[in-house]
Amino acid sequence: MKGFLNRQAPYVFIAPTLILLTLFSLVPIVVALVISLTDMDLGGLANFDSIGFIGFDNYVEVLTDPVFMKSILNTLFYVVIGVPLVILFSLAVALLINLGTSRIFKAFRVVYYLPSVTNIVAVAVVWSYLYNPSLGLFNYLLNAIGLPDVQWLTQPTTAKLSLILLALWKAVGLNMIIFIAALQGIPKSYYEAAQLDGASLWQQVTKITIPMLRFAIFFVSITTMIGWLQFFEEPFVMTNGGPLDGTLSVSLFIYQNGFKFNNFGYAAAGSFVLFVFIIAITLIQLRLQKNESDMT
Amino acid sequence: MSKSVAMKKGSPDAQQGGRLFQWISVVVLSIGGLFFLLPFFWMIMSSFKPESEIVQIPPTLWPSHFTMKSFKDLFENMNFGVYLKNTLIIVLFSFVGLLLNAVAGFGFAKYDFKGRNGLFLLVLATMMIPSQVTMIPVYLILNSMGLTNTMTGIVLPGFVGAFAIFLFRQFMSTIPTELLEATRLDGASEYRIFLQIALPISKPILAVQAILTFIAGWNSFLWPLIIANDESLYTLSVGLSLLKGQYASNFGLQMAGATFMVAPVIVLFTYFQKHIIENFSISGMK
Repeated sequence: MKGFLNRQAPYVFIAPTLILLTLFSLVPIVVALVISLTDMDLGGLANFDSIGFIGFDNYVEVLTDPVFMKSILNTLFYVVIGVPLVILFSLAVALLINLGTSRIFKAFRVVYYLPSVTNIVAVAVVWSYLYNPSLGLFNYLLNAIGLPDVQWLTQPTTAKLSLILLALWKAVGLNMIIFIAALQGIPKSYYEAAQLDGASLWQQVTKITIPMLRFAIFFVSITTMIGWLQFFEEPFVMTNGGPLDGTLSVSLFIYQNGFKFNNFGYAAAGSFVLFVFIIAITLIQLRLQKNESDMT
Repeated sequence: MSKSVAMKKGSPDAQQGGRLFQWISVVVLSIGGLFFLLPFFWMIMSSFKPESEIVQIPPTLWPSHFTMKSFKDLFENMNFGVYLKNTLIIVLFSFVGLLLNAVAGFGFAKYDFKGRNGLFLLVLATMMIPSQVTMIPVYLILNSMGLTNTMTGIVLPGFVGAFAIFLFRQFMSTIPTELLEATRLDGASEYRIFLQIALPISKPILAVQAILTFIAGWNSFLWPLIIANDESLYTLSVGLSLLKGQYASNFGLQMAGATFMVAPVIVLFTYFQKHIIENFSISGMK
């Protein structure tokens, strides 16, 4: 028995994690696909017999649901505005921090990284307070320099931008670390050669640094985009999708339909639409990346 | 780093330019840094203010009446003691999960068995699956196992993670095979090899993963939110979002709750930041 266990050791090593990953990541996909074709709701939870197969009705219904359409448009808004901002800011901070090696630059690394590790619910609660129209710090500061109040969370478009601002603050740190790691991988000799040729610092950044960072930028843009497509906690805690569904994201739509209205089949159909979106965008990005590296 | 080193070798002109840019960068980063820290600063200050001072306009920067009342309220009138206990249980369990990840990483790194590459690809593939797709079926699966509204049900879905397995595998594949072979010849079982050779060697990555696991467990939100119906199973995150709904205008209480959640992570992270950030430099981009 002991010898047998020893021979099978590799399988024993990987079995627990594989079983759990299968049960909670792979099997759920099949289950989701099946229930998305049924009218499963709270009644179906208690009694499987009451679940009826309804084919693609859920998909037809969800794709014509104006609220779902709105959540898709909102999510695209988050992606289109959010992704470039995250890349721009994290790259800028990484470049600035990479200019120095002294203690203060190390401290900056920590300061900018801090929001990334802190609890999203807690910071969403804090930012709700900052955004409060009458008691919030932001409006007070704006008034102090003579600007009028901003309706941070009560006007649909502004509310979306306010959520993006919070998510940007939270996302810069992690991506900045990725960029710094990539920056330190660029051989010094490239810069030395450029300096011998009399290149200015700006030229060195645009002609050496940015092109050398192409993979890091690609990596950050894919992960950030997938992250924004799954935008959930911020609208959940801060606005609950409002005002007028103005901040409702696809993820929040799925959550609400699944766990507030208990329309499991309908929510599962919505989640598959999101899944297809994520896969499609990842494939397009990979394609673009491939084309670009073919050219050089 | 590379640039400042390169700068020193450059002409005096370039060196001066580098200095100047460093100064500009310090100024820009300081201003940005202030904005980055502002929410934390405001959160901590507000958590020590009495309610009358919170609603006061103009707001005070420093609490003029320093009070711990909001924190006391969290534990005396709210259930934050229970939330804290649940959160710590989840953290404890996720350390067990971390060990399982390490074992699996070792299995994938150091053994050549049938189906290894296929299974490893399967593990990596699970990283692609968004939690929005799994949250409903996982709820239904746990429900059919009778595990909804139990601690087991809250812990299981996030117990192991593909990314950690991947990092462990990357690290452990650098352990020399000869070393394992020598121990094997001495008659050690595969399990002893893992416990006495592989695990001690992997200390650096274990330490980093332990910190990240603690932070992730401490912050856990989605599964407890979905699986727990009963307030006695809520975590700090879920409790705090509940508190925001119930005491929408009591900002002192909200900020105290947020401070209680965020402060330990800030302290822990600042203390261990060097290791965490280096871990990304080592494993993140390769």
